[in-house]
Amino acid sequence: MRKHNALLDAIDTFLRTPSTVTASGSHIRDCVDMKRIMITVMIALCPALFFGMWNVGYQHFIAIGAPTALWSCFWYGFLKWLPLVVVTYASGLLVEVLFAQWRGHEVAEGFFVTGFLIPMIMPPDVPLWIVAVATAFAVLFGKEVFGGTGFNFLNPALLARAFVFFAYPSVISGDKVWISGADAVTGATPLAMVMNGHPEAMPSTWELFVGTIPGCIGETCKIAILLGAAILLFTQVADWRIMLSVLVGGYATAFLCHVSGLCPVPGYQQLLMGGFLFGAVFMATDPVTAAHTREGKYVFGLLVGILAILIRLLNKGYPEGMMLAILLMNIFAPLIDYCVVQAHIRRREKRLSQPKTAAR
Amino acid sequence: MKKYLGPLSKDNPVLVQTLGVCSALAVTAQMKPAVVMALSVTVVCACSNLIISLMRNTIPPRVRIIVQLLVVSFFVILVDQVLQALLYDVSKMLSVFVGLIITNCIIMGRLEAFALSHKPLPSLVDGVMNGLGYGLVLVVVAFFRELLGSGTLWNHPVVPASWYAAGYMNNGLMILPPMALILVGVLIWAKGETRSS
Repeated sequence: MRKHNALLDAIDTFLRTPSTVTASGSHIRDCVDMKRIMITVMIALCPALFFGMWNVGYQHFIAIGAPTALWSCFWYGFLKWLPLVVVTYASGLLVEVLFAQWRGHEVAEGFFVTGFLIPMIMPPDVPLWIVAVATAFAVLFGKEVFGGTGFNFLNPALLARAFVFFAYPSVISGDKVWISGADAVTGATPLAMVMNGHPEAMPSTWELFVGTIPGCIGETCKIAILLGAAILLFTQVADWRIMLSVLVGGYATAFLCHVSGLCPVPGYQQLLMGGFLFGAVFMATDPVTAAHTREGKYVFGLLVGILAILIRLLNKGYPEGMMLAILLMNIFAPLIDYCVVQAHIRRREKRLSQPKTAAR
Repeated sequence: MKKYLGPLSKDNPVLVQTLGVCSALAVTAQMKPAVVMALSVTVVCACSNLIISLMRNTIPPRVRIIVQLLVVSFFVILVDQVLQALLYDVSKMLSVFVGLIITNCIIMGRLEAFALSHKPLPSLVDGVMNGLGYGLVLVVVAFFRELLGSGTLWNHPVVPASWYAAGYMNNGLMILPPMALILVGVLIWAKGETRSS
């Protein structure tokens, strides 16, 4: 039995609190462990997820011209989502457990959020084997080869999406994939419409905000995402600095591009399109892969926002700039932190040497 | 004998010394250019090793790098011309990377580390073996990249059409250089694991 310690431990601590967690002690002010953080994130994701399920069904029934009853929409979307999430967890946890066994560490909780996020950033009809391959790739090369949860420098969920995006572009880009079960219907995402020069076909700002538009499962409803953001901010699981600076950076860039005529839609609509808000709330704030220092978080967020809009506008081949911007900045996050820490050191050295010179 | 077989596995120039990775990424999208590249590097490495070894007692140490470069570029130009004459399509595919053999660290490394201090025949064997060790990695990487990325091997379709009908798709990322880097990384990782255990 000892040989399978990692597996047993994973089952044991999935939802039960192991006896090794500090139970009491007034000197410990914060006893939120990683599992609680992860479960908070999953709860925060639920509004977007439930709306996403409904929207998958809604878009499907609209496309085939059937009536859109609330529960039938929801049920249809649920049946689309369920296999995705089962396959994601099966494939990701398989890699995790194999590594945990081999390396002799425990299965970390990190994958539960990753596995929850991956189906939400996929189109509803993505083939299941592709999801399995992408998840395994992301967990293996995004996380495990660097030492597992906490040592990854790329967001594994986004890495899985990037893998699908580059390896199997036909299932995740273009305008045929966003509406489930209706191949003949072209349902371009609003983002794609603008990029391909059809801004007049854009849904209204209200539709963008509510989310009754084609898109990935979790990204369409901005209200639900903001609700999730509120949960994350209230519980202090995610950092408001990153969310705010992503939005500021994105809005400023989109505004300037609109004014200069580069972008046909006003700045605030850019923020409501595609995965921008979802990325800002759930992806850029990943505590492992974002910048860790306070000033670094502002820089990180601003650059994510700026780059996301620039990639969208300047490279028509990659409409989803948010994913690429976050992945790129994930790579730069350690460098930002390094610069911030070095600046701190220099400032303190200066402060230390000043009184001496004054005394002299 | 063991000393000469080292480059194939224990002392592989790509996997252990991590030299020549750049071209390993560039030419391994398909088997054919990878094999041609492997052979070209083997020929250049072996011939320049031999020549430098023959000249080793007459080269003034202060200008030895320039002399080495001259010898290597001579053979690279020779190989390039032969490829253009006999294998024009592959030569097109390899484009600048044949010329860039001059900058392949494996060749310079072997000249510096081996040919300058060894007799001609062992130098020749060492050059061949290092070229083959490099080629082995190239061929393995190219095998997986072509099989998974294009569904072909040596330009022959090997993935049955029924798979495509069932929903299988070629992995476009395999064609792109990043995946070559990851595959080389996996090979280095596997090599490291077998070495440490």
